[in-house]
Amino acid sequence: MNFSEVFKQTNQLCKVSPDGKYLATCVQYRLVVRDVSTLQILQLYTCLDQVSHMEWSSDSLFILCAMYNRGLVQVWSLEQPDWHCKIDEGSIGLVSSRWSPDGRHILNTTEFHLRVTVWSLCTKAVSYIKHPKACQKAVDFSRDGRYLALAERRDCKDYVCVFVCDDWHLLRHFETETQDLAGLEWSPNGCVLAVWDSCLEYKVLLYSLDGRLLSTYSAYEWSLGVKSVSWSPSSQFLAIGSYDEKVRILNHITWKKIAQFEHPAILDSTKATVYKEVEKRPAVGSDEMSLHSITIGTTLFNTQSKYEISPLPVQIPVVKPDPDRANPKIGISALAFSSDSRYLATKNDNMATAVWVWDMQKMSLQAVLEQTSAVRCFQWDPLRPRLALCTGNAKLYLWSPGGCVSVQVPAEGGFQVQSLNWHCSGDSVILLGKEQLCLCYMDTDQEDK
Amino acid sequence: MGPLIFRHLSLSSFGLPPVWTAGGGSELNIVAVLNCMYDLIQLHRRGLRTLENMEVEQLKSNSNVDFLQLSTTRLKEQLEISKRENTGLLERERQLQLKVKSLQNCLKNEKEEVQKLQNVIASRASQYNHEMKRKEREFNKLKERLNQLLVDKKEKKQAIDVLNNIGRADGKRSLWKTEKTEAKHEGEMYKTLLSDYDTRQRELQLENAELRKVLQQMKKDMVSILSSRKQAAKDVLPTLLNFIQAASEEEDEVFDSSKDSVELYCVHAREKLTNSIRLQWRRLKSHVERLDSQAQTSESKTADAVPRETHEEEMDRLKLEIQQCKDFIQAQQQLLQQQLSSPCDEETASLLSDCYMLQEKERLGDEWKTLEEQRKIFERERRNFTEAAIRLSHERKAFEEERATWLKHQFLNLSPFSDSKKPSLSKSKSAFLICECLFLFPSLSEPPSCVPLTSPSTADLYRTLCLIPEDRYGLDLNF
Repeated sequence: MNFSEVFKQTNQLCKVSPDGKYLATCVQYRLVVRDVSTLQILQLYTCLDQVSHMEWSSDSLFILCAMYNRGLVQVWSLEQPDWHCKIDEGSIGLVSSRWSPDGRHILNTTEFHLRVTVWSLCTKAVSYIKHPKACQKAVDFSRDGRYLALAERRDCKDYVCVFVCDDWHLLRHFETETQDLAGLEWSPNGCVLAVWDSCLEYKVLLYSLDGRLLSTYSAYEWSLGVKSVSWSPSSQFLAIGSYDEKVRILNHITWKKIAQFEHPAILDSTKATVYKEVEKRPAVGSDEMSLHSITIGTTLFNTQSKYEISPLPVQIPVVKPDPDRANPKIGISALAFSSDSRYLATKNDNMATAVWVWDMQKMSLQAVLEQTSAVRCFQWDPLRPRLALCTGNAKLYLWSPGGCVSVQVPAEGGFQVQSLNWHCSGDSVILLGKEQLCLCYMDTDQEDK
Repeated sequence: MGPLIFRHLSLSSFGLPPVWTAGGGSELNIVAVLNCMYDLIQLHRRGLRTLENMEVEQLKSNSNVDFLQLSTTRLKEQLEISKRENTGLLERERQLQLKVKSLQNCLKNEKEEVQKLQNVIASRASQYNHEMKRKEREFNKLKERLNQLLVDKKEKKQAIDVLNNIGRADGKRSLWKTEKTEAKHEGEMYKTLLSDYDTRQRELQLENAELRKVLQQMKKDMVSILSSRKQAAKDVLPTLLNFIQAASEEEDEVFDSSKDSVELYCVHAREKLTNSIRLQWRRLKSHVERLDSQAQTSESKTADAVPRETHEEEMDRLKLEIQQCKDFIQAQQQLLQQQLSSPCDEETASLLSDCYMLQEKERLGDEWKTLEEQRKIFERERRNFTEAAIRLSHERKAFEEERATWLKHQFLNLSPFSDSKKPSLSKSKSAFLICECLFLFPSLSEPPSCVPLTSPSTADLYRTLCLIPEDRYGLDLNF
């Protein structure tokens, strides 16, 4: 594994182009585009203000930089650096901005979610979508880029609008049976739309592409409900994580629950392997504590760690959430399927140091990774069943069915990995710290335990 | 004297003063006697009285005893009754205690439920409050913004500033929004849905077919196991196993496994299959259970410990055999690998690559060679024949020409003087001569049959030369 040198970035804005050739980073109000393999700076653009959101267009030719404070969106072209485009929302303000799947339209959501403006870069035409809903996930494009699903709130009722991205023609407009729609997501095959209610009511509705209600699923009443939802890449499963610390899997044929994954604090009889991260404290004698070693900081601050297999029964540390606060830190907040739909990684918020990996073929627990600090982010390799995670220290952790490995990020000054992103080829991972970024190139498969 | 003494003695035994003193003569002391008699009567009376009293006492005590007996029986009965009541009460108390415990449990559960619901209510309340506060904050922001906009005269409009329009991603021109495009969109949407349903249905069909195959296989296996166990099992229940055999045969008649899976699409056939599988499975299970129980009972008997040992020996032997086979296979694999990976030159490689078919190939090559030779011979012969035929035709042509000239000569040389009287006869003579000539040379006009002649046949030649004679002599000149 090779690590690149450390570069600056602000606001965790660092994205690889969809074709995998370029890496765009925002540093204050500058946009820096580098080549992924050599990390040489190819282009440098200057925006009018500090960038809040940056996104590549789907054909990797344009980059959108949105400045929410100023209500401005600037678009830069990679092929023609002199080309410029500026969209000013004026007094109406800007809350979110995104590309359309064809890479030629920009959807801006105004302040207070008054409307969504669709700007065309081909014709400078403008379209408006009224009454968009202000919720966790109100907008979703289907994977093939043909349809847009948008949640609408009109007269105290929730609706879903389905637009054809070709010409923004409103294909379907139907009311949903939700109390307060919290999010919607297309299935990867683009034929089913999953819609879920806010946490006050456990309700997941499945609509067909033509607006018919296929099925409703509700596991229980009254207690806090759905926290996270994820489709498997093959569209076969829908995983629903809820506040009762359980994940329920629905199948795409009958839309009924086929499995329920529980996250108990004490693991007793399971065939899963429990990997526990163990820090190897370096034995520092008083003679060795020289100024030299302290300034380098390698021995004191970067403690090596490795994984050990814990024998059963295992007790996972639980942090009880404050019962009086809203959105309690309990329940399954993160769900991710591997690219071959074989594995599902979950995280339970009151056991924040553990990541659970489930085998979808056997519908049982495959592994539990217990870290020394709370897990910040985890993501699957886009091609292989390999999971990368980080916990806010200077290490990168990788799990694969063969085993687990913990890798130290060799950066001076304590690089704290706060989030990570895989490159679309699965050959490298981009590690983001608070104000820094670093690339980790994988050259061989990591299979040691 | 004797009775007096006796009386004297008995009186003294009564405690009465003696009546007769020994010294006094036989004069009885009448006073004493009377006294004695009075005393005796008194005694007697006293005795009677005491007897009466005693009888009365006895009666009294008898009645007392009766009374006591009655009361004891009564009391015993009462004791029984009260004991029974006691046990009944104890029983009731126990039941009530159980009820109390269960009610306490219910109470605890209800309390827990209430606690849970209270927690739920609390979390919902905090959630609602949070939302309310958020909405209120947003509302305030909105109010401020509205204020600001009303105050701020200069309204900044929305605008877009692009250097130049960029082309569409797919390079095509955008279309006007018409009903046609709307219909096209609808169509595309339904197409997507349909194709998705199609793929799903196909997948499900495949899965179904596979599962059916597996079930069939299972059924076959189970039937075979059950029928083979007939010989292995010690206590053969012929009736049951025959029944199994008969039933399975019957089922096979109704539901022939050799038939195509098209049959299975019918609901009844499907149900039959699943039912038969269930039946067989149940039988197999019962059989295995029986064998298990047999094994268990035989374990206790020492006499049957021997078969178990033999079983174990058998198993060890089999394991050894398996290991040997595995090693053998491994060695073979290695050799094969070596063979495949060992470098060899082109010639041997090419030889080796077809070594299995070498013999065949050689044989085929030989046959081919002989066939080729034969073909060549045939060709040569044919060529010779054609040449011969051509030569022949040339010769014939030449000959015909010669003959024609010769005939011409003859005809011309026929002197009109020798046959002036009979001109017609000469004609006929010449005709006859011609006939003769013609008749003399029919064999030459027959071409060899195997070669097709391109030159005209003799008959055609005569026809063309108008030399076909009258059929005067009955000659058959039809060749």
